Amino acid sequence: MALFSTGSSGFRRAQGDLHLEAVTKEFAAFTAVDDLSLTVPRGSFFALLGPSGCGKTTTLRMVAGLEQPTRGRVLIGDTDLTGSRPYERPVNTVFQSYALFPHLTIRDNVAFGPKRRGDADAARSAEDALELVQMSAMAGRKPAQLSGGQQQRVALARALVNRPEVLLLDEPLGALDLKLRRQMQVELKRIQTEVGLTFIHVTHDQEEAMTMADTVAVMNAGRIEQMGHPEELYDLPRTSFVANFVGQSNLGTGRITGADGHDLVVEVAGTTVRIPRDRSAVTSGPIMFGVRPEKVRISTEQPAGAGNDVKATVMDVSFTGVATQFLVTVPSGAVWGVYEQNLDVERNTIRPGDAVWLGWDSGHAFGVEADEASAEEARVAS
Amino acid sequence: MTALAHTAGAGTHAGGPAPGQGRRRGGIAAYLLLLPGALWLVLFFLLPLIQLFAVSLQSGFPGYPGYYYRDVNAGNYLTAITQFAGHFGRSLLYAGLATFFAFVLAYPLAYAMAFKAGRWRNVMMIAVIAPFFTSFILRTIAWRQILADEGPVARVLNTLHLLPGGRITETWVAVVAGLTYNFLPFMVLPIYASLERADPKVIEAGGDLYANGFTTFRTVTLPVSLPGVIAGTLLTFIPAAGDYVNAELLGSDRSTKMVGNVIESQFFRVLGGFPVAAALSFTLMALILAMVFVYVRRFGTEELL
Amino acid sequence: MTGLSTATARPAPTPATGASRPPAGRGPSVPRRVRTWLTTHVAMITALTVLLYLFVPVAYTFAFSFNDYRKSNIVWNGAAGPTLKHWRDPCGAPGVCDALVVSLQVGAIATVVATVLGTMLAFALVRHRFPGRGVSNVLVFIPMATPEIVLGASLLTIFVQGFSRFGLRLGFWTIVIAHIMFCISFVVVTVKARLQSLDPRLEEAAQDLYAGPGGTFWRVTFPLVLPGIVSAALLAFSLSFDDFIITNFVSGDETTFPKFVYVSYLRGIPAQANVIGFSMFVIAVLLVVAGQLVGNARKR
Repeated sequence: MALFSTGSSGFRRAQGDLHLEAVTKEFAAFTAVDDLSLTVPRGSFFALLGPSGCGKTTTLRMVAGLEQPTRGRVLIGDTDLTGSRPYERPVNTVFQSYALFPHLTIRDNVAFGPKRRGDADAARSAEDALELVQMSAMAGRKPAQLSGGQQQRVALARALVNRPEVLLLDEPLGALDLKLRRQMQVELKRIQTEVGLTFIHVTHDQEEAMTMADTVAVMNAGRIEQMGHPEELYDLPRTSFVANFVGQSNLGTGRITGADGHDLVVEVAGTTVRIPRDRSAVTSGPIMFGVRPEKVRISTEQPAGAGNDVKATVMDVSFTGVATQFLVTVPSGAVWGVYEQNLDVERNTIRPGDAVWLGWDSGHAFGVEADEASAEEARVAS
Repeated sequence: MTALAHTAGAGTHAGGPAPGQGRRRGGIAAYLLLLPGALWLVLFFLLPLIQLFAVSLQSGFPGYPGYYYRDVNAGNYLTAITQFAGHFGRSLLYAGLATFFAFVLAYPLAYAMAFKAGRWRNVMMIAVIAPFFTSFILRTIAWRQILADEGPVARVLNTLHLLPGGRITETWVAVVAGLTYNFLPFMVLPIYASLERADPKVIEAGGDLYANGFTTFRTVTLPVSLPGVIAGTLLTFIPAAGDYVNAELLGSDRSTKMVGNVIESQFFRVLGGFPVAAALSFTLMALILAMVFVYVRRFGTEELL
Repeated sequence: MTGLSTATARPAPTPATGASRPPAGRGPSVPRRVRTWLTTHVAMITALTVLLYLFVPVAYTFAFSFNDYRKSNIVWNGAAGPTLKHWRDPCGAPGVCDALVVSLQVGAIATVVATVLGTMLAFALVRHRFPGRGVSNVLVFIPMATPEIVLGASLLTIFVQGFSRFGLRLGFWTIVIAHIMFCISFVVVTVKARLQSLDPRLEEAAQDLYAGPGGTFWRVTFPLVLPGIVSAALLAFSLSFDDFIITNFVSGDETTFPKFVYVSYLRGIPAQANVIGFSMFVIAVLLVVAGQLVGNARKR
């Protein structure tokens, strides 16, 4: 009788990469995850990044078995885990706000998983896991007696102790203050390297995703917008949503008018700019041109060189020590940001109201599909 | 301000729909859990009520007091309402007064427990519940002794010429005082529970926004504790309206009797009194349910108790 | 908001002024402090006065357990002075200890049954969605909104006019049945509150950590709901032990402690009743305090 069996039964051993195959999750009137396919290589640190409501937590819960997909399959290696219960999967979760058992000591919290699996050495495993997160000294305490950061470590130990094939982290650093969050980012990365498990990290904080993950998947409205190495995502966003959600972008809607060698020639707000053909997601018709703020140079005179420049009016200047940030209005009316490092000996003399020229290396420009709506969505979400 | 100074990731939020509410759909388990308790309530609450309703329409066999036959005799209700209107009025009036006084006494106590007591909170909690264990009848009799003509309260008031009738027992004052006392914990506990759940910072913020303490109370503290106040007033008013022990032990034989006394005596001391007693009970219940309904509608809380 | 996206890989350092400003040096003004002091203490003084008021009759009951009365224990016999004789012989008055035993037995049975049934009901109502759930909620709520006298009267009519045909006579078991009935609702309400405040993630975490449905229930859900079940049981016992009105209707010739006191009121209540009443009060307080201490020790 199930009510009285306390051990786990039907545990599935599985090894290998995690595969999501055309997974869809529908709730009553709304599709949280829409036909998502994904492979996470074994032993990698993978981040699912997106605004709240994008379906990243639902995806994670389907991997954990806490939610079942409406359609599609979840596999680890060759083992199909679709339909199995959370306690049957070699997957563990570090819950948002930790979900430590308040009635158990730290030691018993960590030993909970090994004990359920009938590990005779559960106490020993728990001690080792607490050691790994440097919480051995607190083993006898109750969760309520720990700080947020300490609880976070215990939650991590409680999941890690089971040596799962895949470890899921649901906004694990969300409740920590900035300084502690930075520290834990470094530590999580260290632990992941040390134990060599597959980590899947769900977050809405793009900085967190970029610093830790080998691969970042940006999710929006139940789909993956773009996936890749953090540098790649930043350097070459493939959609306007990614351009806005990962870092910032100065964007302008225009039209492709022709080609010039490897470059596309684009007409934006009365100016002609160039985008390398391989850095553009579209090759004809309307396009959204983009360039990152720190790639833009600002000057009071028109820079010499080929056409990648725009006249603009300064709205705001803010000095932040290492850099100065400018907000300028370009002729189309859009507001762009320029991020200039303070390298010059001369003090910056540009003031709000000044007319300036913006210039950039055309190799830094990128083009995405003109889609004002999703760009707006990313702006609001972040 | 600059847009660049913002940092993403300051807040926490759950992505997507709220994680599992721990709620399951139907299934046989739900009914297995439900069945024994529900069956008990149907057998020993619902059925008896239906039976009581049937009895309230029965008629007595002429010439055989104490024997009844099935009938639709609405005359019992007429008797109940016309002959005992005064008793109904007193029941509602005394219960209303007792509820009001209990609220006045309970609120500061609950407030102090929730916000001022600190580590004494649990001790105060025990103190509120503990008198329950000395029988409620014993405590009511103690009140009779305290309020008696030769007791301390009446003597002091008489010396000061503050007691117009010369006595407290056998007056409505004693009955209301007894009711107030007996149901006070039922007022304290729900108010305390709702205040305890409230964030003291909200109330402090109220104190900052409104200089006047009473304004803070009226606009912040009271609304926050409203669910508790509603539950408390119901838990006080309902049993008080149906009580007969206080009126019996503290009141007079004639002028302070409540509906409860009539029901009790119709059942136990009037041969053939069952139908009228049942009609009285049903009328009382209908009155109370109607008042509760209006009251809950007026102050609108779904999560009542 | 400007046209720029606000997320950035390089957030600007926090302006130093915001972080390093010392905590506001200005305290509240003097009249404000006086008022704060007053409100703090007015609330506490009022609270203590109300508590004192709650205890006055208990103190009276205690005092009169030492009264060396002759006819009735209503007036203090100053001539004789206090006596310990009632405390030496608490069962000395005829029937008083029998009534106490009946009350304790009824209380124990009613508490166990009502706690089990009520807890099951609470789980069904909070954890499941099923047709009939709304009706069940109402069925649980209405007994609490029904005056005791109506509950007692309706049970009396069905016991004498209906169930007597199955051989059920007014007495011990009809009291038990009635007490279970009115305790169930209070148990449901208490356990429900506890269950609703339980974080669903804790059970998910247990499942995630290889606990099956049984393991999750017995190792996580049940221990976390247990304090609610214990307070529900305490509440049920105290309601049952102190009930008079319903008991009076359904008890027939059986006598519980409150009924004993009420019935002997006209003849004069023996001081042994005061001894027992006050002792129950002391025992209850000690039990609750002990429970608190154990609870606190567990938390540590």
